[in-house]
Amino acid sequence: MPSYVDPSKCDGCKGGDKTACMYICPNDLMVLNKEEMRAYNQEPDACWECYSCVKICPQGAIFVRGYDDFVPMGGQVHPMRSSDSIMWTVKFRNGNLKRFKFPIRTTAEGAANAYVGQKGANLDDECLLLEADLPKPTKLAK
Amino acid sequence: MALPNKPLGELAAVANPEIKEHECDVLIVGGGMAACGAAFEIKKWAPDDMKIILVDKASMERSGAVAQGLSAINTYIGSNPIENYVKMVRNDLMGVVREDLIYDLGRHVDESVKLFEEWGLPVWKKDAAGETLDGAQPAKTLREGGEPVRTGKWQIMINGESYKCIVAEPAKSALGEANCLERIFIVKMLLDKNKANQIAGAVGFSTRENTVHVFKCKAALVACGGAVNIFRPRSTGEGKGRAWYPVWNAGSTYTMCAQVGATLTMMENRFTPARFKDGYGPVGAWFLLFKAKVQNGLGEFYANSPAVKEELEKFMPYGASAVTPTCLRNHLMLNELKAGRGPIYMATDVALNAFLDAKRAAGMDEKAVKKYWKHLESEAWEDFLDMSVGQAGLWAGMNIEPEKTGSEIMPTEPYMLGSHSGCCGIWTSGPEEDWVPKVDGPRSHQYKWGYNRMTTVDGLFTAGDGVGASGHKFSSGSHAEGRIVAKQMVKFCRDNASFKPELKQTAQELADEIYAPVKLYLQHVGATTAANVNPNYCKPAGIMMRLMKATDEYGGGVATYYMTSGKLLNICLDLLRMLREDAALMAAGDLHELMRAWENYHRIWCVEAHIRHIEFRKESRYPGFYYRSDYPTCDDANWKVFVNSTFNPDTKEWACEKVNCINIIETDPWI
Repeated sequence: MPSYVDPSKCDGCKGGDKTACMYICPNDLMVLNKEEMRAYNQEPDACWECYSCVKICPQGAIFVRGYDDFVPMGGQVHPMRSSDSIMWTVKFRNGNLKRFKFPIRTTAEGAANAYVGQKGANLDDECLLLEADLPKPTKLAK
Repeated sequence: MALPNKPLGELAAVANPEIKEHECDVLIVGGGMAACGAAFEIKKWAPDDMKIILVDKASMERSGAVAQGLSAINTYIGSNPIENYVKMVRNDLMGVVREDLIYDLGRHVDESVKLFEEWGLPVWKKDAAGETLDGAQPAKTLREGGEPVRTGKWQIMINGESYKCIVAEPAKSALGEANCLERIFIVKMLLDKNKANQIAGAVGFSTRENTVHVFKCKAALVACGGAVNIFRPRSTGEGKGRAWYPVWNAGSTYTMCAQVGATLTMMENRFTPARFKDGYGPVGAWFLLFKAKVQNGLGEFYANSPAVKEELEKFMPYGASAVTPTCLRNHLMLNELKAGRGPIYMATDVALNAFLDAKRAAGMDEKAVKKYWKHLESEAWEDFLDMSVGQAGLWAGMNIEPEKTGSEIMPTEPYMLGSHSGCCGIWTSGPEEDWVPKVDGPRSHQYKWGYNRMTTVDGLFTAGDGVGASGHKFSSGSHAEGRIVAKQMVKFCRDNASFKPELKQTAQELADEIYAPVKLYLQHVGATTAANVNPNYCKPAGIMMRLMKATDEYGGGVATYYMTSGKLLNICLDLLRMLREDAALMAAGDLHELMRAWENYHRIWCVEAHIRHIEFRKESRYPGFYYRSDYPTCDDANWKVFVNSTFNPDTKEWACEKVNCINIIETDPWI
């Protein structure tokens, strides 16, 4: 499903300029109701279940309930994402639980080298930054 | 309580938005893998005073097809000859591809993957004993000669939950945060007032405040992905969102380029991937890493039967390759389903237990087998959790444990894209090098006209899903293609330094056009007691359902097992014509709905191109993706050609034409 928000946990990101879920949702689904100071998913049937809002929510207030047109009730998949790994809890309809932990990043956030200031050599050839001696095809059609 | 009528969303739209005008040299439209590649690369070539702006409908950290993450990188050439990559793509896409573009991509793509790893993407490696190490364990990097874990010949495994976050970060810092404008949806590209066939800008609007943004530029990259929710999906309730491709891709790339006169190519191509039913989880790792096979409803592993071999021989040379083309694999599956031998199951249980049995047979004790199983189980679940969490949720809801029971797979509704196992898109120039064929005639027949990946419109470039006749780029190739374009756009600006873009319309005229659905809403909303039912306008949600019903029933959707015909296609075109007229009556009360309205304009246009192309091509080039009952076979003698189409923005006429397809890479051996 669609993501849903636990009103007892959501604080509307304290009314900041942009709430985290609203900032991140790739499909512009998460919105803040300013009177209630709570966020919600405004278009559940357009939710990809990408979990971007679940992963980013600073209050851990967002969860996912499976699509109601094909997922039986009772299961749930929920992540805890840190700066270098993600822990998933998979709860089955029958109550069974599985946990998985995977690495997500080997460098510190913000550390990716953008090669700022570095310039390419020749604008008129096909080489990109860090490339030289580009191959050309040798096994050609007759 | 429906009354009083009010907008559905939180951010109400107003009749007269603010207008902001921007000037730049280069405009990057989109924020996905291709756009991030362009953003990273362009500053390496641009003079310091060159102004570059990127505009994303969402937030770059989680936008585009990789927003959720990925469990594999599907294009990494490594030690393979690039020529073999071309041969694989050519065969999978039934022969009609631009081999220059594919080869060119193949020689740049690995550099992008090496950058991803350097930026922090964990890449699985093989240790000295050939065992798998996840991407966080110490091992040589790809650049240092580390050996990735191959699944197929071209794919490598990653821990890719944060893939997009990692790629977006250096893109943003290279360009500068202030030059990355998020939550602005570009809806139209704009031609120059004075210079014919030259891009001069774009217009869009903010989904956060009532502001229309007008851009002037000398060169632009349009890279906004493929098209989703264009055919009626198998799940039409909440599950409509669980599209296989990202549900926010609305065909904007194709439509915005076509509307300014860019020639399209192979828009008849579509992709109807066979995926785990309903959850649409990936099958690649199951087939390639876990060696799983598909079973029909009778329990038969039909893929290697004599009947299947005979069927494949009807599609030579394509059917003969060791890896059957994706569309033909669907074709074989559909034959089973149509004969009543469904459902089709991925035998995950058989595959996983075969690994354990092999370990036991090799003398592994039960305690070690148990430990090995934990590792294997984790790999199996990570495949979904990295990129298709909804599928894991479906397994949890259905109590499915893959080692105990198989899972149903099913071909999905059709999608349009140019970067995965599909190749619809825009006709672009290849590299200006000797080995790329020189062809006479208009640009729509040529292979190169000066700027690599430039469309037939001067200054207008595309990448990723946008570049047609060149599939199998996937995430890494799309990034590399964005980097190719970046350099070319700088070159274009240098060569056209004296060009001063001027728009044909005033900013106010453009704003009025963009906000027309809002004005219509405000004018008529009081005419009924329920805002969504009104004789004066229609709502975007309804228009989308109408589009998907027409394409599904007449354009070869799942309703007819992808079968259509000239007769049906022409009915579809009539329905689309009326739909296009009525789309001008779409009303939007809030900014989110205004976004949906413009997405639907884009969908309708690109689907119309799709249907026109299928109608023009009098054969069935991609059995398994679509069939024409009146021309049911793949006809190489007459149709091993591109179909290119061009919309003339002055006369508003479409024209389709056949264009020669040239083999650049050796054809003997074919694979």
